[in-house]
Amino acid sequence: MDGIADMGGMHGFGQVDRTDDNGTFHAEWERRILGITFSVLGAGLFNVDEIRRATESVDPLTYLKTTYYERWLYSTEDLLKEKGAFTASELATGRSATPASNSTPAVTSEVARVILEQGGTSRSAGGAPSRFKPGETVTARNIHPHGHTRLPRYVRGKRGTIIVDHGIFALPDSNAAGLGLRPQHVYGVRFTARELWGPETSARDTLQIDLFDDYLDPAGEPAR
Amino acid sequence: MADHDHTDPPSDPALRVKALESLLVEKGLIDPNVVGEFADYYEHRVGPRNGAKVVARAWVDPAYRERLLADGTAAIAELQFGGLQGEEMVVLENTPTTHNVVTCTLCSCYPWPTLGLPPTWYKSFAYRSRVVIEPRIVLSEFGLHLPDDVEVRVYDSNAEIRYLVLPMRPRDTDNWSEEELAALVTRDCMIGTAVPRLPS
Repeated sequence: MDGIADMGGMHGFGQVDRTDDNGTFHAEWERRILGITFSVLGAGLFNVDEIRRATESVDPLTYLKTTYYERWLYSTEDLLKEKGAFTASELATGRSATPASNSTPAVTSEVARVILEQGGTSRSAGGAPSRFKPGETVTARNIHPHGHTRLPRYVRGKRGTIIVDHGIFALPDSNAAGLGLRPQHVYGVRFTARELWGPETSARDTLQIDLFDDYLDPAGEPAR
Repeated sequence: MADHDHTDPPSDPALRVKALESLLVEKGLIDPNVVGEFADYYEHRVGPRNGAKVVARAWVDPAYRERLLADGTAAIAELQFGGLQGEEMVVLENTPTTHNVVTCTLCSCYPWPTLGLPPTWYKSFAYRSRVVIEPRIVLSEFGLHLPDDVEVRVYDSNAEIRYLVLPMRPRDTDNWSEEELAALVTRDCMIGTAVPRLPS
């Protein structure tokens, strides 16, 4: 979606404030929301693409006024409501209106260790054949999907070069919408700074971004 | 909100997280002990010292450096680092002609097993919005002034690949041990917003 989270290239946020250089937590509730979110992700109540979708769907004013872990909280609440894990009134009271069910077992310590130490990749053994090869010139599609996408606005319609084929991965656009994995190739695509930002920028600098096959057209074709 | 002590007000998110947690516990969907274990792991088990060990090894062992650049995930796993948000690692080598810097404009994707959780500024709107359009100005605000003949290459890690910058080894460190070298490698050196400097 063309939402507030897609902020690459925006002006107006000022200097990068590094007075807070902390990489972990500022309060107990931040520790808890990280653990809660990982627990329900691990239990399979939703997937990582869905939580990214929910985070960027937080209304823009709230998104801008809140911290990173507050947005985790809001997106986890929204998504669990959407999935039917609880109702809005249960959330408001913090009390369950129904007895616990055993249909979705909670993540145990053992499972948590596996999640943390092994993770999980969306890489796939098979999928759609690659349409591009390293060295080819491509154009990022000028599309504006309402749902989740990992194609930021600032590369749309721009011409870049395929540098590397990373292999086949699930398409977040599809997985975030519950429409399946649609595995396809992901390429490292390099753009010149001038292609992205115009003639006043450095002639030497570049930007590389990982783009799914569905996001690209051969550069010879008119931008869609 | 209930009455509370003005010196230590429970913020709204703290109350909401409590409500969410008790509800999920009551429904049997989470185990409150496990909830804390996730945070403990990032507070105590991973952090940028992991990445610094990878960099120092690459500086002293040319064969390791080659493996690291060819298959980051496998070479990092040789040092026992890996897992969540490090499943697909690519290492970016800084050279005299190319300086790499990493961001995630859409959220805040970051290589957790080698760098830990990201600092607040990496998640900030200012960094995410500006480093792609004016990287040299952002880097100069970090105290890093790069010559015009060096290509600044920004990586927007918006898909599943996570990036670690391999900085250049500082001059005059020929006789340094791997441990001494690792101490030069800060977190920001591996994001690309700094370069290793000898203590003055």
